[in-house]
Amino acid sequence: MPSADPVTTPRLDQSVEERPAGRGSPHPVSWWIWAIGIAVATTRSPGIVSTVILLAALVAVVWLCHEHSAFSRAFPAYLALATAVVIVRVVFYVLVGIKTGGDVLVPLPRIPLPDWAGGIALLGPVTASGLLAAASAGLALAALLVCFGSAVALTNPQRTLRSLPASLHLLGTSAVIAMTLAPQLVESWQRVRRAQALRGRSLRGRRAVAATTLPVLEDALERSIALAASMDSRGYARVHKGSSRTVLALMLGALVGAALGTYALLDGSGPRWLAFPLLAAGATAAITGSIIASRRIATTTYRPDTWGARESLIAGCGVAVAVLAVAVPAILPPPLRGAAADVGGWSLTFIVCGALAIVPALVAVRR
Amino acid sequence: MIRFDAVTFRYSEASTPVLDNASLSIPEGELCLVVGATGSGKSTVLRLVNGLAPHFTGGHLTGTVTVDGLDTRTHPPRDLAGTVGVVGQDPLAGFVTERVEDELAYSMEQLGVPAPTMRQRVEEVIDLLGLHRLRHRALTTLSAGEQQRVAIGSALTAGPRVLVLDEPTSALDPHAAEEVLAALLRLVHDLGVTVLLAEHRLERVIQYADSVLRLDTEGALEYGTPAVVLASSPIAPPIVELGRLDGWEPLPLSIRDARRVAGPLRERLRSAQSSVPSGAVAPAAGSIALTARGLRVRYGRMTAIDGLDLDLRAGELTALMGRNGSGKSSLLWALQGTGTRSDGTVRVVGRHGMAGGSSAEHGSGLPGGPGAVVGSDPASGVDPATLAPDAAIRHIVLVPHAPADLLYLESVGAECREADRAAGALPGTASATLERLWPGVPEAAHPRDLSEGQRLALVLALQLAGAPGVVLLDEPTRGLDYEAKRRLGALLAEVTASGGAVLLSSHDVEFVAGTADRVVVLSDGEIITDGPVSDVLTASPGFAPQVARILRPLPFLTVDGVRRAIAGTL
Repeated sequence: MPSADPVTTPRLDQSVEERPAGRGSPHPVSWWIWAIGIAVATTRSPGIVSTVILLAALVAVVWLCHEHSAFSRAFPAYLALATAVVIVRVVFYVLVGIKTGGDVLVPLPRIPLPDWAGGIALLGPVTASGLLAAASAGLALAALLVCFGSAVALTNPQRTLRSLPASLHLLGTSAVIAMTLAPQLVESWQRVRRAQALRGRSLRGRRAVAATTLPVLEDALERSIALAASMDSRGYARVHKGSSRTVLALMLGALVGAALGTYALLDGSGPRWLAFPLLAAGATAAITGSIIASRRIATTTYRPDTWGARESLIAGCGVAVAVLAVAVPAILPPPLRGAAADVGGWSLTFIVCGALAIVPALVAVRR
Repeated sequence: MIRFDAVTFRYSEASTPVLDNASLSIPEGELCLVVGATGSGKSTVLRLVNGLAPHFTGGHLTGTVTVDGLDTRTHPPRDLAGTVGVVGQDPLAGFVTERVEDELAYSMEQLGVPAPTMRQRVEEVIDLLGLHRLRHRALTTLSAGEQQRVAIGSALTAGPRVLVLDEPTSALDPHAAEEVLAALLRLVHDLGVTVLLAEHRLERVIQYADSVLRLDTEGALEYGTPAVVLASSPIAPPIVELGRLDGWEPLPLSIRDARRVAGPLRERLRSAQSSVPSGAVAPAAGSIALTARGLRVRYGRMTAIDGLDLDLRAGELTALMGRNGSGKSSLLWALQGTGTRSDGTVRVVGRHGMAGGSSAEHGSGLPGGPGAVVGSDPASGVDPATLAPDAAIRHIVLVPHAPADLLYLESVGAECREADRAAGALPGTASATLERLWPGVPEAAHPRDLSEGQRLALVLALQLAGAPGVVLLDEPTRGLDYEAKRRLGALLAEVTASGGAVLLSSHDVEFVAGTADRVVVLSDGEIITDGPVSDVLTASPGFAPQVARILRPLPFLTVDGVRRAIAGTL
């Protein structure tokens, strides 16, 4: 059906088509390390100003270095989502938040709820410090979202999946197919709706849904069978010899280690001494499992992405930002930590972090 | 290279086998054409070659199929990937990646070919198939012909000894089809690849074939040189039918060979022509059924139809031709009223000279059209876009290129009753039409279980229930065999005979030559040529049917025309 489709749906990737496939743009993994580093830093941010500095660095780098793809065009959506998170957090504070003492900004009445509500009270006096704390907490979550959005905008997820180790190759292929499925469903839904209008009766309600769903699903089924047949005849999964229990156990172990280790590392109140051993053990298990699994698969990669000095710099900046944000407050004596007690959250460390975070823009600006 | 040894294959749910005790051996470097009516099992034979049948499709296989010494019983399709390359009917459905270059490399990645070899092979295939301009493009942005070439390229990079193609040119215009076939021919000649090709439109490929494999519906097959197999085949391209008519021996298969033996026939026809005014009788120009003025269709910045004027007359069958993406579908949808129309007017004149039932819903005057208006005044017509859907189907209907999209009920009978209700026709109208168009379609059958031809007949019967004055069809001949096309031609003739105007888009030159009265050629949204079928199709070498090429400069288009002319002289 490719020939005669009069519905020219705006193609998501139209502007990419003449451009060499990511040639010249840095290795996607370097951008992910950079974004994760900044995400770690934001969790240690002392307040609004520090978080905003990091956010500004993220936005600046995305604006300067993004690729022309549907994913980079989704970045504003991430920003909107982040803003919504902050607003929701503040609204919740005003509505049901626990109001502590301080300078009262808006003296709202406090409406106690019945006992079954667990002692929650509606409204109450809104204080400046409470408002700031709520905004700061919302911003922390928003910053994580923006970190993720930046990584997605700066890399093409399909390229990222290609850089996965061979053991995850089958997973990567499935993800790529899943990504192309949604636009295809939308397209065939539009086609069927248009065609059925030709029958001379506008269907409504349940019948309309049934009438369109059936052909669309049939279409999707036929496509997936055709795709499966095509992949089978092109050698997909040819040298994959099934999964082994060792690999599964190692991968599960790695996951648990990574989860616990990350929790211990990021949560300032957790048992810090546990963090690094757990993370290291998790990483070892992951690498071992991956190596064992990769040996069983003999696929190769066409034009693998290369890792050079530029990639090291980008990833290094991310790591440096994370290390600075985590280590400096821990090492420095309290008086030198900057104005940590300040509600605004000024911090010399985070100004340095912001400057470091923006460095990749110097080496990766798109032409 | 390919050996079938006493092969019997049956799908689990079917009672009759697709192949019954078939044995054959196709040598290396041969281009073998697989022909047969719809449902004779062409696709199944192709699937047997790379093991998709029975490994993927299921079914019961006895006997052995070996390809390059590998038994498909012990080698599933993925193990044969380096030996057999497969190109499906809809290349887009088989693409795994997003970009041309990645798609070309996909098979090799799966086979574990080292990176330097991969780059080298991708370059070779890009040069061989002329894909260098496309290499960085996204697959969805390619035209149908380009997609097909990429699909062939991606099957080729794995270095297969055998290439299997299922109707690779069915969606392509004549020029794009020739490009694809030229690419295939280079593979056969330069690389010694064995090619197995299934195709309905024999006229496109027969001249390139080294051998023909003909399948019967009873599971028997015949394999041999094209001239021998086709001499007795019920399925034959016009060139073979002409040869049989005039008793040419051996049968010529290329236009060049046919012209060399057609001298005496041309002489006879020339004298026949001078004595009897033969050829198609100019159809009596009916009254105007549809008129479009200054029609423009834009999608964003892209202009699909650019200021087009068109009149359709009652009782006339007009064919809309033009390369892929020239705006044929956009035009049909815009005329019908459902599709985008950015500018211009469309008026449908009611069937019996009435201004289409209630004339209250239109009042705007029409700017006087440039063409001479015959019959009733088109300004009195009605704009189909302003009509409610149930009123519109009594004036103008469209059969889209995927007719199955229109069907949503459980059985043929239910669909017919629904159509009668929607069009306000007498109960039984649609099913009576269907019975005439394609006798023997069971009422209780599920529409999805019908063959392509039956389904098209059903949709046409449903759409004709309201006795519309204008019938539009988008590529109705795709995937139809010669028999189904003959029936379609007959039923369209019936529509025009009862005073309907038909506009159909098609790439099928032979079908248009046999059925149309008038041809409109579209390019980039503009009408390039508009004239009687005999003038347009003989003028352009790209669109000329085989008979016209052989008998040029005589104005014959079809074997039937020649037959009539000869009969006239006797």
